[in-house]
Amino acid sequence: MTTQDTGTIMSSPAGAAALGPLDACGAQPIILDVRGLSTEFVMKRGTVRAVRDVSFTVREGEVLAIVGESGSGKSVAALSAMRLLQSPGRVAAGEVVYRGKDLLSLSAREMRDIRGNHISMIFQEPMTSLNPVFTIEDQLTESIRTHLKLDKKAATARAIEMLRLVGIPSPEKRVKDYPHQMSGGMRQRVMTAMALSCEPDLLIADEPTTALDVTIQAQILALLADLRKKFGMAVILITHDLGVVAESADRVVVMYCGQVVEEACAADLFEQPLHPYTLGLLESIPGMDETESDEPLYMIRGMVPNPLNLPTGCAFAPRCDYRTEQCVREMPPLVERADGRKLRCFVDVTDTAPTPVAGEVAE
Amino acid sequence: MTQPLISVRNLSKHFTMDRDLLGRTTSVLKAVDDLSFDIYPGETFGLVGESGCGKTTVGKLLVDLYTPTAGEILYNGEDLARLKPKERRRYCRDIQLIFQDPYASLNPRMTVDDIISEPIRVNRLQPPEKIDDRVGYLLNAVGLSANYRNRFPHEFSGGQRQRIGIARALAMEPKLIVCDEPVSALDVSIQAQVLNLLDDLSEEFGLTYLFIAHGLNVVKHISDRVGVMYLGKLVELAPKRELYRNPLHPYTKALLSAIPVTNPALRTERILLEGDVTSPIDPKPGCRFASRCYAKGECLGCDCDVEMPPLAEVSPEHFVACYLHPGV
Repeated sequence: MTTQDTGTIMSSPAGAAALGPLDACGAQPIILDVRGLSTEFVMKRGTVRAVRDVSFTVREGEVLAIVGESGSGKSVAALSAMRLLQSPGRVAAGEVVYRGKDLLSLSAREMRDIRGNHISMIFQEPMTSLNPVFTIEDQLTESIRTHLKLDKKAATARAIEMLRLVGIPSPEKRVKDYPHQMSGGMRQRVMTAMALSCEPDLLIADEPTTALDVTIQAQILALLADLRKKFGMAVILITHDLGVVAESADRVVVMYCGQVVEEACAADLFEQPLHPYTLGLLESIPGMDETESDEPLYMIRGMVPNPLNLPTGCAFAPRCDYRTEQCVREMPPLVERADGRKLRCFVDVTDTAPTPVAGEVAE
Repeated sequence: MTQPLISVRNLSKHFTMDRDLLGRTTSVLKAVDDLSFDIYPGETFGLVGESGCGKTTVGKLLVDLYTPTAGEILYNGEDLARLKPKERRRYCRDIQLIFQDPYASLNPRMTVDDIISEPIRVNRLQPPEKIDDRVGYLLNAVGLSANYRNRFPHEFSGGQRQRIGIARALAMEPKLIVCDEPVSALDVSIQAQVLNLLDDLSEEFGLTYLFIAHGLNVVKHISDRVGVMYLGKLVELAPKRELYRNPLHPYTKALLSAIPVTNPALRTERILLEGDVTSPIDPKPGCRFASRCYAKGECLGCDCDVEMPPLAEVSPEHFVACYLHPGV
């Protein structure tokens, strides 16, 4: 290895480049408490219960990752909490308590004051989340003027400052650009600048890097880590990429079919996942390690059940290598263990041998 | 050494972006620029790079959907451009393509049976009375029940649709399948299923793959040799173990270090690249990666801004295009 390893720019250990987990997981005061949240979509063909009795808390300054595959309800849970659900979606039960206030019972005006100002959100698609007919300046200053009560000139100055902060070169010029004049990574930076412009307490980042290339993803994650340190905000990171979670999160909530199946501190979760689904997800990622086996990848068989027709027992049972009679019959409750981890499973995976589920792979 | 199945020699594909009043080209997008590599029978050749680096264009050139601007593609030693129409049709049968988006690549108005049997019928690969059996056999081969044959694509999940796309490619009894990001639109648990399927099929049908992807861990899992592309150029090419253990090009290093890993013990020093991928339109002379390169100027007497370093073999089977390495 030659000299180029010690890169001249911004080279830092992976841990610091990520959001930088806190030392004590779950010790700070709670700022957001989601209790028993259920969200339904009522349609002609039936009711889809996209989020089923989900509870989690976010503590001051921490990064909570919500992990799951498409359709697991992770985005819907976040949208429900922000009251951004569109018809036919509706919150059927539960409360979302933010610093003592139940967001679900606030008036539209009070909610508008919370959004952007106290809690803000970065959406998944930087390509479609910006309005194509307004300049970056228009879009950035709108929320700054509303929440910070600045005049137009001061708001523009603030917008430029935010763009500089997220690393957009020559922000005085780029602020006049339209979204189509920017690349995907730049648009994601603009979205981030917009979300952070009112210095929120809590940032909900819904798949902030999914649409981006890996080198740009690394830039955005490093940026989020940096900004989080600067502003001391809490982050809910919604993603399906366990690699991103491992490098960024303090605590992790794993969702499957609208339910929380496991919750743990990130370090514990990756050391020993307890739910068979988490275990399967981790094992089915093609490894970057040195073992380099040419063995087939571990795979979770079958596919996510139809949300209109969920199994009566554990939702994961049909695909689970550890399932028992009981799993098929009844739904395991989410139980808090002695070590503070939460788990929705009857089986102890550390103490049971898996028996692969028979049947057609793609059924 | 065995003869390569496909040899790509100095292949370029340029798109004209703008012309002046007299119709002369004034602006060129160099999607693929002077690329050379071989694919040997039975191997899986991985091609990685970020969006816009030209990897899909390479795939489309190989399946004859684009005509090269310059350079040649040799199939079993014969130049594709000089094939007679009949031989060319055989070539097109031998090289098949699996697409990235399983939602957009199947005709929603055709049943699974129509989708898979059409290429068989059109190319007269089977006598009419045997087509039904063949479709059933192919569906089973990709892990779907033959009972699904009369269903429409919308009745299937993303993973299942990708299987239908694979069955359609297999119907042509191909020698080489170009897999263009076949798993990047799928969920993690489904990705593993499709990757394992592709692995099994390569043994069963004696297939060779050109596997195009941006996920380096996916490419690592499935490939034998891996080429790394940046802005239309191949910057590094090596057997996968060598490439992942001992990456030489600064871009490959940055790319590898940017992958988030779940095992904290495997984390390495992260190299953050500044800026975005530069535009492939009217590229400046010199190394394409120079504007983002953190190692630029570390070697004396090499001019990264003047000339693109050629791809040179620095150790057996390990090629790299960077002045930092002796032999370039």
